[in-house]
Amino acid sequence: MGIEIRGVNKNFGDFVALQDIDLSIPSGQLTALLGPSGGGKSTLLRIIAGLESSDSGTIEIEGVDATGVPAQKRNVGFVFQHYAAFKHMTVAKNVAFGLEIRKKPKDEVKRRVDELLKLVHLEQFSHRLPAQLSGGQRQRMALARALAIEPSVLLLDEPFGALDAKVRKELRDWLRRLHDEVHVTTVFVTHDQEEALEVSDSLVVINEGRIEQIGTPDDLYDRPASDFVLSFLGPVTTLGDRLIRPHDIDITRYEHAATASGRITRWTRVGFEIRLEVTPDDALRPDPVQVVVTKAEATALQLHEGDLVWLRPRVGADAVSR
Amino acid sequence: MTVDAPVAPGAAPKRRARSVTSLTRSSALGLGIALSWFSLLVLIPLALIVIQSVDGGWATFRDTLTNPQTASALRLTVTQALIVTLINVVMGTLIAWVLVRDSFWGKRLLEVVIDIPFALPTIVAGLVLLSLYGPDSPLGVNVANTERSVFLALLFVTLPFVVRTVQPVLMELDRDVEEAAASLGASRFTTLRRIILPSLAPAITAGAALSFARGISEYGSLVLLSGNLPGKTEVASVRILTYIENGNEAAAASVAVILLVVALAAIVLLQVLSAVVARRG
Repeated sequence: MGIEIRGVNKNFGDFVALQDIDLSIPSGQLTALLGPSGGGKSTLLRIIAGLESSDSGTIEIEGVDATGVPAQKRNVGFVFQHYAAFKHMTVAKNVAFGLEIRKKPKDEVKRRVDELLKLVHLEQFSHRLPAQLSGGQRQRMALARALAIEPSVLLLDEPFGALDAKVRKELRDWLRRLHDEVHVTTVFVTHDQEEALEVSDSLVVINEGRIEQIGTPDDLYDRPASDFVLSFLGPVTTLGDRLIRPHDIDITRYEHAATASGRITRWTRVGFEIRLEVTPDDALRPDPVQVVVTKAEATALQLHEGDLVWLRPRVGADAVSR
Repeated sequence: MTVDAPVAPGAAPKRRARSVTSLTRSSALGLGIALSWFSLLVLIPLALIVIQSVDGGWATFRDTLTNPQTASALRLTVTQALIVTLINVVMGTLIAWVLVRDSFWGKRLLEVVIDIPFALPTIVAGLVLLSLYGPDSPLGVNVANTERSVFLALLFVTLPFVVRTVQPVLMELDRDVEEAAASLGASRFTTLRRIILPSLAPAITAGAALSFARGISEYGSLVLLSGNLPGKTEVASVRILTYIENGNEAAAASVAVILLVVALAAIVLLQVLSAVVARRG
């Protein structure tokens, strides 16, 4: 159940957008498709929605084969990055559109629209035009419009990509809460790892048309299957011969069995964090190592720029050996 | 906070209100220049025409309009312009659609060719039409001295208007919006009727207004082919010229005023229509 994707391939001319994609998206969950731009995640989402057709393979939505079914008949809710608002219609009309298409009785449409506008906190804006709303409000309207048709799956294509950082944060908290309320199988595409880790029940990392790894946010963060996943889910640096997260490095001013030693050559304070660059004495590995410590740690360790320090991975640090 | 804090919020709106009603020096100058220019070029000449038309008293005005030859010319002009505009609304939108949405061999060439009727001196267009659809037609189509010649000439010169007004709007139209409609279950036809057409309505009406205005005022392109037969193929602009040649300027002005009123009525009507279509969605 949920969405079953089998053997999907898609090429645009010579460009391979998707290659042999097999994926099961469980019912009722919030799944993130995460990956760099141009990696194929949006194409996969559009194929699920029927807005794009795959060259081969099958798509099954809630147990029904949807492969050849046109977008109009898939009963899929789709939310676009740039809202795709019907500009000449009021907010209420936008939300009612899918219901009117389905020829629902007038009073039912009205009741449902009121309900949805309340759900997305736009009830006092029902008579406004989309142009009179902020970006965040427009995207909430688009969400209500997509939910109006009671879709079997809800697909969101970089839904918060066009919003500024603060609104984006608010909206994703809100989306998480909304999903806990509505429980519709939801797939959203993002290139923002923080967003994906924070909001989703499960994550699918897609790169260059292929699935790199599937799992819960914890799985992926703690047990990345490849360098790519490790580096995509957060900052990484090279210590000795392994990739490691900068906050997983132990730093001291006293000599001990360490992987590397060197002087602190760069000191950047960002809020509660201090980002350091340590240039190792090792002639074979002269590339600077990034280390992140908190302000409190730096004070306790009496660290200063130019100090000679010793570095080693913290116990229990997640890393991928090279 | 200090004591004078409440004063600031009170003062701010007052300043704001003043700036809405009164103009700054530079915008006053700009508005002044624009209005003088507009008056010199448009308002004063139009007012003069209206004054001239009633110069000979209302009798001249009435006599001119009840003159069967003039009435017939006006009728022919307005009907043909209306028919041509209706056709342009459909065909122009269609051509714009093809130019924006489809890619095909020779598209760039077509883009250029569309503007030819517009760029061509109208008398040249008249010559082209005469040689193509006149007595010596290589196609064997002879419409000279018939109503159809007026229709053809108007169709020819007004072709680009709707195409050129609709095309940029269509280009700006978000494809996402159509995909959103599709995912909500709307058929292609419903999307066209409820999403695309309302967005295009202002552009289509603007093009229609231009096309109609050009239609009722056309002279050069049809004068050769139509033969200007009184009561049959004579159009309003030819009628005006005849009046002037006969020294009856008041009568010429009367016909001109009627054309003016018709054009204004058409523009207002189209505006209303556009608003209705755009709201209906």
